[in-house]
Amino acid sequence: MSSREGILGAIRRGLKRGPLPADQRAMLDGRLATHPRHLIPARSRVPRAEQIALFVRNVEKEFGTIERVPDAASVPAAVADYLAAQNLEPRFVMAPHPELTELPWSERPMLAFETRRARADDAVSVQHAWAAVAETGTLLFPSDPTRPTTLNLLPETEIAVIRASAIVGAYEEAWDRLRAERAGAEPSGGFMPRNIMFVTGPSRSADIEQTLELGAHGPRRLHVVLVEDEPAARTILSEIADPRPEAAREPVARPGEIANPAD
Amino acid sequence: MVALTSPDFKRRAARALADPQLQKALKRGGSGFHSKRAQAVAALPEFERLREIGRDIKNHALAHLDHYLETFERNVIANGGQVHWCRDAEEARATVLRICREADARTVTKGKSMISEEIGINEHLERNGITPVETDLGEYILQLVDEPPSHIIAPAFHLNREDWEKRFRAAHTDLPKDRVFNERRDIMAEARAKLRQRFLAADVGITGANFLIAETGTSVIVTNEGNGDLTQTLPRVHIALASIEKVVPTLEDCTSLLRLLARSATGQDFSVYTTFSTGVRRAGDLDGPEAYHVVLIDNGRSNMVGTEFGEMLRCIRCAACMNHCPVYGVTGGHAYGWVYPGPMGSVLTPSLVGVDKAGHLPNASTFCGRCESVCPVKIPLPKMMRHWREREFERHLTPSTIRNGLGVWAFFAKRPSLYRAASRLGMGALALLGRGRGRFRSLPLAGGWTRGRDLPAPEPGGTFMARYAAQQRHR
Ligand code: SF4
Repeated sequence: MSSREGILGAIRRGLKRGPLPADQRAMLDGRLATHPRHLIPARSRVPRAEQIALFVRNVEKEFGTIERVPDAASVPAAVADYLAAQNLEPRFVMAPHPELTELPWSERPMLAFETRRARADDAVSVQHAWAAVAETGTLLFPSDPTRPTTLNLLPETEIAVIRASAIVGAYEEAWDRLRAERAGAEPSGGFMPRNIMFVTGPSRSADIEQTLELGAHGPRRLHVVLVEDEPAARTILSEIADPRPEAAREPVARPGEIANPAD
Repeated sequence: MVALTSPDFKRRAARALADPQLQKALKRGGSGFHSKRAQAVAALPEFERLREIGRDIKNHALAHLDHYLETFERNVIANGGQVHWCRDAEEARATVLRICREADARTVTKGKSMISEEIGINEHLERNGITPVETDLGEYILQLVDEPPSHIIAPAFHLNREDWEKRFRAAHTDLPKDRVFNERRDIMAEARAKLRQRFLAADVGITGANFLIAETGTSVIVTNEGNGDLTQTLPRVHIALASIEKVVPTLEDCTSLLRLLARSATGQDFSVYTTFSTGVRRAGDLDGPEAYHVVLIDNGRSNMVGTEFGEMLRCIRCAACMNHCPVYGVTGGHAYGWVYPGPMGSVLTPSLVGVDKAGHLPNASTFCGRCESVCPVKIPLPKMMRHWREREFERHLTPSTIRNGLGVWAFFAKRPSLYRAASRLGMGALALLGRGRGRFRSLPLAGGWTRGRDLPAPEPGGTFMARYAAQQRHR
């Protein structure tokens, strides 16, 4: 008997039954096909302007930084200014995504960049965020030829460009969008890219004396450039009530403070 | 495999209590865990409801485990990956070694994985000429000092800053001897630089999996450092090690459990990196592994299905139970003597290695119930520890002093009038002896009790039964 049969057999003995009959299997496959949602916290089910504000506030809570620009054409200037303010050289590796490559980079001739995967000596990356989740300030990066995974990992500084219209409230909404956009995109007939990273703030660890430090193995800085491509995004942040309960507004610990460890 | 020293719990716990360095570390970490989790829970009003949902999702997955494992396998293969079913640790070790050899691997990087500790993969690879490199900061230093983790999410919980400095100086001999570590950040920067070289050189990356998703054939890892992602992205071959109970049906099921995991573990709303890996590098992709293997490991779990310990398979390894355990809080993780410490270890270890070897771990409990009250998937840990105590007793594994004592007690307990007479006698004697002080610092024959705590002397007024009868008469 193969190990596969042995394991499945032992599970079935424990469950006191044989292989599932066809009608039950069909029922379970139905559940897989409809993939029902469970409870979605009220936190993100708020009007659009509040949803976008929630995303911004959560990015900052998790030690990301964020700059809002009125349109895509303003992105090169925002990138140049950020690098200058951080005292970083004006060079970077960029995702070969059309929404990035088509930007008016030539207006900032000081900036030097290559579009490719990241290498170990790249200090800065400019990456395209496919979506973001307001619930926790999380950026989503599905891998594909225009969005290499290494850009999220190797450089010390990652700059992520996201359109406001790509912000959703809860993770479940992102899954629905992924299913709709990529149905049948894969050789398997499925929709999952090889890899999809959910990124919430810069890399960190509290393995040394349970004390939080940023920049463990991944980026030490995560800077978000938010393109206000929908009217709700242009609302002034200070005029929007914070939908989060008091306890949700503070980070769990700041760098240098005792935090819970991290694996 | 990690040497099993669980039978030695009592002696190791005593040693832990007498270790000032360890006590310092435990104190530092312990209180942080409580307040951070409490803050995260307070920030999500739906948390209690989510715990019930988490429990139900896992119960559903376990009740149809065979079906979801087969579905998972089908979808991994459809995306160009492979699934290897392994009944025990030995088969899993052999499988990983075979994959590494087929890839001509010389070095292997590793993300943090408890199942890899359970099957003892590092020693096996080393013995066969392949160098495994732990990349989680905490695991990295433990590998340097050759110690097992003492906590399932904070492996180097027990070490202090001086330990890190000393061991880095001893290990990184190519760096200038007079370099200074002013801050923790300097230690971290040195590890980052050292491990970068390892990531780039590795032929195979081995990670664990927090979840497997049947719907899509996906493995999920959750980290804060990013080491797991570098491990599964840079090498040519990615191996995900996962025990069979990690499978859940859909992305939505996984998402609900993820809302519980980070909050229960570190008090974060979400960990920094939650990554879903599905199959191999696609046409046109600029990075990612060319081979994707999932090593599905049973190692005793299928025997737990349908037993009184089956609910333990819901565990998502968040560590909340040990973080809130008064026993773990003073002994630390090493005293438990195997891979899994704290309340979840006390239940899981006897299931996996046998009650004869670890059956007394469930005795290391005050039955305060805190572990169950914080468990994100509502595992009744105290009840299961009681089951183990019963089994241990049935199988005559309890030490003879306890058995004899309980035997004597049982003799009297079955004869109520004799019991009352005897306890009247005993209490009268104790009350006389303890009069005025209210407690005993030591008592003949009860040294085991009084060494660690005082025994309260009985109040005057007789036994409970005598007082109860007197009160009834007054009504
Ligand atoms: S038993 Fe519960 S609390 Fe303990 S690690 Fe597992 S899921 Fe977390």
